[in-house]
Amino acid sequence: MADAPLFTFEHVQVEGDERPRLDDVSVTLPDAGITALAGPSGAGKSTLLRCCNRLEAPTEGTVSYRGDDIAGLDPLAHRRDVGMVFQAPVLFPGSVADNLRVADPAADDERVAGLLRRAALDPEVFAGRDADSLSGGEGQRVCLARTLATDPHVLLMDEPTSALDQAATAELEELMRALAADGVPVVLVTHDEQQLERVADHVLRLRDGHIDGELEHRHG
Amino acid sequence: MGDQGDVTWVGLILSLSLIVIAIGVSLRERLGLERDMIVSVARSAVQLLLVALALQVVVDPKTPLFWSWLWVAGIVVFAAVTVRRRAPQLPGVLGIALVANAVTAAVALGLTFGLGIFPVDGRTVVPVAGMVVGNSMKSCVVVVTALAGLMADRRPEIEARLALGLPGIDAARPLVRRALRLAISPQIENTKALGIVFLPGAMTGLILAGVDPLDAVLVQLALMWIILGAVVLTTATTAIAGTRRLFTDDQRLLRLARAPDA
Repeated sequence: MADAPLFTFEHVQVEGDERPRLDDVSVTLPDAGITALAGPSGAGKSTLLRCCNRLEAPTEGTVSYRGDDIAGLDPLAHRRDVGMVFQAPVLFPGSVADNLRVADPAADDERVAGLLRRAALDPEVFAGRDADSLSGGEGQRVCLARTLATDPHVLLMDEPTSALDQAATAELEELMRALAADGVPVVLVTHDEQQLERVADHVLRLRDGHIDGELEHRHG
Repeated sequence: MGDQGDVTWVGLILSLSLIVIAIGVSLRERLGLERDMIVSVARSAVQLLLVALALQVVVDPKTPLFWSWLWVAGIVVFAAVTVRRRAPQLPGVLGIALVANAVTAAVALGLTFGLGIFPVDGRTVVPVAGMVVGNSMKSCVVVVTALAGLMADRRPEIEARLALGLPGIDAARPLVRRALRLAISPQIENTKALGIVFLPGAMTGLILAGVDPLDAVLVQLALMWIILGAVVLTTATTAIAGTRRLFTDDQRLLRLARAPDA
């Protein structure tokens, strides 16, 4: 485990419509491996994840990224540094290459090919494909390749396999592990206990907007 | 009575026959449009009769022009309030629509009168402003309604772009473009169909009044172009300024309440 914390939450509160979505959360996420945020739906997992790239801002408290308060960082540069893959693949109109160029307009064909390979997609087959014609698993891997196009140092993943079949889930999990092994820490939201067993190096459980227990360390 | 351009009160009531048929269709097919139709007919009658009375005063050469300009200001405020009513959930939409309509109306009227298309007098100021602002308002209403709907329904798409480090306005641009196309295309189609599908009123009126048809056509063309330009400018300004207000300073998308009419 690296010594500097990746994200530090201090007394973070995020108000919701009926009750707080995060209620006085203080926690530190480690700067290595795959950290899973687990818990039932409505526990606040996605809200906590979205605070990490400031798609969500705390009503109270602070979230720090490698020691810097996120509120003081340039949100656009920060989001390029902390990439995010969402629950359902969101593909933009056009080809797969067009999608990657939304994130990196200067990407040439070679760069596009390299990004697709990192997401286990054959560039010959996929670069020119219409993004509308992809299966769920392919679409999610294109979303991963697109996220990698900003050269992020951290990856946030919000239940990225919940809409995928077993084979596509296994492929995406393998990619997560490869990225984490490559030095890109992954923060993964999941409610799938078996997925926790398979991929998580650290597990943080949430319930009703609170941290439920301590951060658990697994896989050595 | 009965001369060209005159309608008797009986004629006016008979002109409602198509509306009666339309209400019949709405009732039979349970479309729920009959109430809106009756209200719009009643409102148009009351409003236009009041306008006729007021216009009689304003077009009188003895009335100072100030009253015409005050009327124009009233049109602009009414247009902005109408736009806001259709999308109250968009923050600051009243102010945006007010500024956009006022500035475009000022430029459009400046062009119309500056180029000598019409003389500045009580007979021209209010009708020309009405045409410009009326058309702009229609498109603004469409654009804010479409924007409010798209921004709520397509939130994941916008956030996917924000998460790639795009600024809010860039993240929303494809949706803004879509809303704008929806709002402006009727005006563009109107301009394209000019002379084929409909013969515009100003031109017809001038020809009937004895003006040379070529001169009448030139006036009409200039007016249509000014209106088209005004519509595009007002609508685009409203859409872009409105979209900017949907993002916080740190480029988060605000959560919008559902549109009341949607």
